[in-house]
Amino acid sequence: MDLVAVTAFGILYTIATLILLALGLAVIFGMMGVINLAQAEFLMLGAYTVLMATSHGASVWIGIALAPVVVGLLGVVIERTIIRFLYGRMLDTMLATWGLSLGLVGLVTLVFGPTTEGIATPLGHFTVGEYRLSQYSVFAILMAFAVLGLTYALFNYTRLGLVARATMQNDNMVSALGVNPARVYMGTFAFGSALAGLGGAVMAPLTGVVPTLGLAFIAKIFITVIVGGPVILLGTTTAGAVLGLVESLVAYTSTPIYGQVAMLVFAIVLLRLLPQGISGFWRRGV
Amino acid sequence: MTAWALWAVAVVIVSALPTVLSLFQIVQLTVFMIYSLLALSLDLIWGFGGILSFGQAAFFGVGGYVYGIVGINSGSTTLALAAGVAGAAGFAGLLGYFTFYGRVGSMYFAVITLTVTLILHQVMGTTADPRYAVGQARLGGYNGMTNIPSLALEVPGRAPLTLDPIPFFYVVGSLLLLVLALTRALVQASFGRILAAVREDELRTELLGYDARGRKLVTFVLSGGIAGLAGGLFAGWGNFMNPQVFSMFQSALVVIWVMVGGRGTLYGAVVGTLVVQFLTNYLGTASVTYTTVALGTVLVMIVLLFPRGLVPAIEGAIRRAARRRAPAPEFADE
Repeated sequence: MDLVAVTAFGILYTIATLILLALGLAVIFGMMGVINLAQAEFLMLGAYTVLMATSHGASVWIGIALAPVVVGLLGVVIERTIIRFLYGRMLDTMLATWGLSLGLVGLVTLVFGPTTEGIATPLGHFTVGEYRLSQYSVFAILMAFAVLGLTYALFNYTRLGLVARATMQNDNMVSALGVNPARVYMGTFAFGSALAGLGGAVMAPLTGVVPTLGLAFIAKIFITVIVGGPVILLGTTTAGAVLGLVESLVAYTSTPIYGQVAMLVFAIVLLRLLPQGISGFWRRGV
Repeated sequence: MTAWALWAVAVVIVSALPTVLSLFQIVQLTVFMIYSLLALSLDLIWGFGGILSFGQAAFFGVGGYVYGIVGINSGSTTLALAAGVAGAAGFAGLLGYFTFYGRVGSMYFAVITLTVTLILHQVMGTTADPRYAVGQARLGGYNGMTNIPSLALEVPGRAPLTLDPIPFFYVVGSLLLLVLALTRALVQASFGRILAAVREDELRTELLGYDARGRKLVTFVLSGGIAGLAGGLFAGWGNFMNPQVFSMFQSALVVIWVMVGGRGTLYGAVVGTLVVQFLTNYLGTASVTYTTVALGTVLVMIVLLFPRGLVPAIEGAIRRAARRRAPAPEFADE
């Protein structure tokens, strides 16, 4: 019984972190159509923000709060200097952000070195029968669903979200109504970057911090958003749940690596059956 | 007529190089030519099929690993090379079937090929344990697969003769010219013209009655096979394969070679590879980290400043400077 509870907790944790990490990409890739291969490096920079904060004596929580601000601002800089020249040229965006990704990994390696730095996991443990579980992973799960809920509310129930969605649908019309689309694109990109920074920061105490941190996640989050399909937030959430389930079930019965392979194979077969993604036949929305 | 003259010049240059260069330069040029084959495979699918595959490094790696496994177990390197090509082509076929026939968009396709490569990187990295072995061949995790036999000349009825650097150079050189000639013939044949039509407007081509998906799949399989050939030659050249061939760095390098050379020309891929590799060597490879930063910056700069490729941009500048009317290109670029 305890084992069942612990396994269920593990599956929930896999799904929640997948959603948390994929959320920023869902906004940038899913909504804006910008294939940002440097998204993984945004996660990595979020994690390094926490590392910087803790090594300067601040608490992990301050680091987690700072990460979205730092990475969001970086998102603004990158949008202004690179991405804005490439809207509508998806392939070129992809290549340029790939270069950006390589460059960021290289720069961070130069500054911080290639080694893995640990961050002490805050909060303690709680026990389920004979098993000890970290309270921080409960925090990560709650955080994932809170951020998902807030993002959903922001895009669905606020004027800002309405303007952003309208701009992605028809920027000429929005511009005719007196909104500057360039600023909306910049803001949305920054928001997606900030989400990635937050995701990376929350995960930092659990995974350790290393310049190539993002590489472990990039494949997963892209697959999740692609499988999610056109209804961006809910689709990504559903895809995260399905793929996270497949991954953790296989990982529990074999090794984590086979879990990832199973997830990828499952996703490719699923795309053969549902080319539009999981949410391809849903009513449109976010 | 000029085309034949150019081919003849290329053959003469390749044959004459070993008399001019030092042995070390020959060995190095051999590996650059192997890389050129890899770049060529990407240009075939990207430049003519219009499909960006980040998976060429994966096919290269699969070709190399299969060459190693078959070579170590059977002892025949000819068989190993053939198996490497077939393995990579088969893998491309499987991946292509699910994506092209699932009508996955070209952007998604690029992302999926990248994720497949990255996951292969992680999977091969976990095979350090001795129990991960195929017959005699240990996969070896991040340390890589060692003791891969060198490419040898195998004539039935005689003992296999391991190729020395200069014969190896000739083998790779002639394979490169052969593949270049064959792919060029392919894209000029009606198959290539229909492929170009698919690239320009897939729906319209299908409405004219052509099977776009089948043609994309065939091209992708051919391209995977060429990359596998390059991988097999690489393993036979260095006697070593490790999961680094599946890394993001390696995948980026292939795209950069083609971008520098300009896509849709085939010979551009070869020129781009040679230019980038000689420059990288010249600048020194003291630190992989600096190279990564430089590579990343180059990629961003090329995309922002020369989206059609560096060599075509230089060509264009020279033509403008000469103030001559540019002759019509043999292949219309997009």
